[in-house]
Amino acid sequence: MARTTPEIPNASMADIAFLLLTFFLVTTTIANDRGLSLILPPPPEAQQTEEIKIQEHNMFKIQLNSSDALLVEGEYTEDVSGLKDQLKEFVLNYGKNPNLSDNPVKAIVSFKTDRGTTHKRFIEILNIVQSAYNDIYAERAGVNNARWREIASDLQDPENERLYDLGRGKKVDGSLEIPMNISIAEPTKIGG
Amino acid sequence: MSKFKKKTNVKQEIPTSSMPDVVFMLLFFFMVTTELRKTSIDVMQRIPEATQLRKLQRKSLVVDLYIGEPKKRDQGEDFKIQADDNFILPNEVLLWVSRKRDGLPEAERDLMTVSLKVDKETTRGIIADVETELRKANARRILYATMQQAEDKM
Repeated sequence: MARTTPEIPNASMADIAFLLLTFFLVTTTIANDRGLSLILPPPPEAQQTEEIKIQEHNMFKIQLNSSDALLVEGEYTEDVSGLKDQLKEFVLNYGKNPNLSDNPVKAIVSFKTDRGTTHKRFIEILNIVQSAYNDIYAERAGVNNARWREIASDLQDPENERLYDLGRGKKVDGSLEIPMNISIAEPTKIGG
Repeated sequence: MSKFKKKTNVKQEIPTSSMPDVVFMLLFFFMVTTELRKTSIDVMQRIPEATQLRKLQRKSLVVDLYIGEPKKRDQGEDFKIQADDNFILPNEVLLWVSRKRDGLPEAERDLMTVSLKVDKETTRGIIADVETELRKANARRILYATMQQAEDKM
């Protein structure tokens, strides 16, 4: 009988490893927790019942109906490309134009939809509103829009936190010079 | 006289003996980062696109809520809300949120974010109902899940 040295064949090891690798490659889902963040207002019953009067010019009205048509400040608008600049002008008006906001703290973007408005359209408009604010913040912090959003996503870093407070103009009492006042109103019930 | 000898018998081969190690390294990377999906999603998930995305850092503080048309026709055509493995009604969101919140460490409960993974054809009605419930449950941090849209399209 021939002497054999007991050895495990390892030529196929790479193949086995490749198979396993392919399996994990296919089943892997890269975490996708990205999107438009928003903080909802407090619960309806906790809010003060007294009516808060908001002056007409401090409110920027955006409305979407059940067929996704857009009204900006009461005017039917098809092209949304100018909306961002319009919003920036409204927020940073500081009382120059009497028809626009007195100051960014008072400025409110009111966003009203219908129950039949599609989510796609809603996101499209919300994206424009947030991009206007992000542009304003980014400019104040001296960075570009993409970098600003990175900063806002990672506040663990003290330098990021400093820029974040600078961009939003955080005052000593904790309030903001330019708060993102987006009011998403209860939808109307015409469609849907 | 030539100082430079002609090299004749030079083998031109890439050493492959370390290949299994390389592959194993990759394998371990994917094994560690992989997260097998716990639930199967039964509603349509055509996620809308946007440019102003924010990224959530702490995955453990995020709970997902899926909204859309059911994938299977026999489950009707009305929009449904899926939480974990089953469909729930808007008025059950409150209970679901408080159950989720109880599962988090006490100090971090206020930081919980509800990620709304909503199909783009869903109408605002049902989403607004969910938002109202979330406000009642005091889970006010929300995220509309979106995909990255190319910046120049705007």
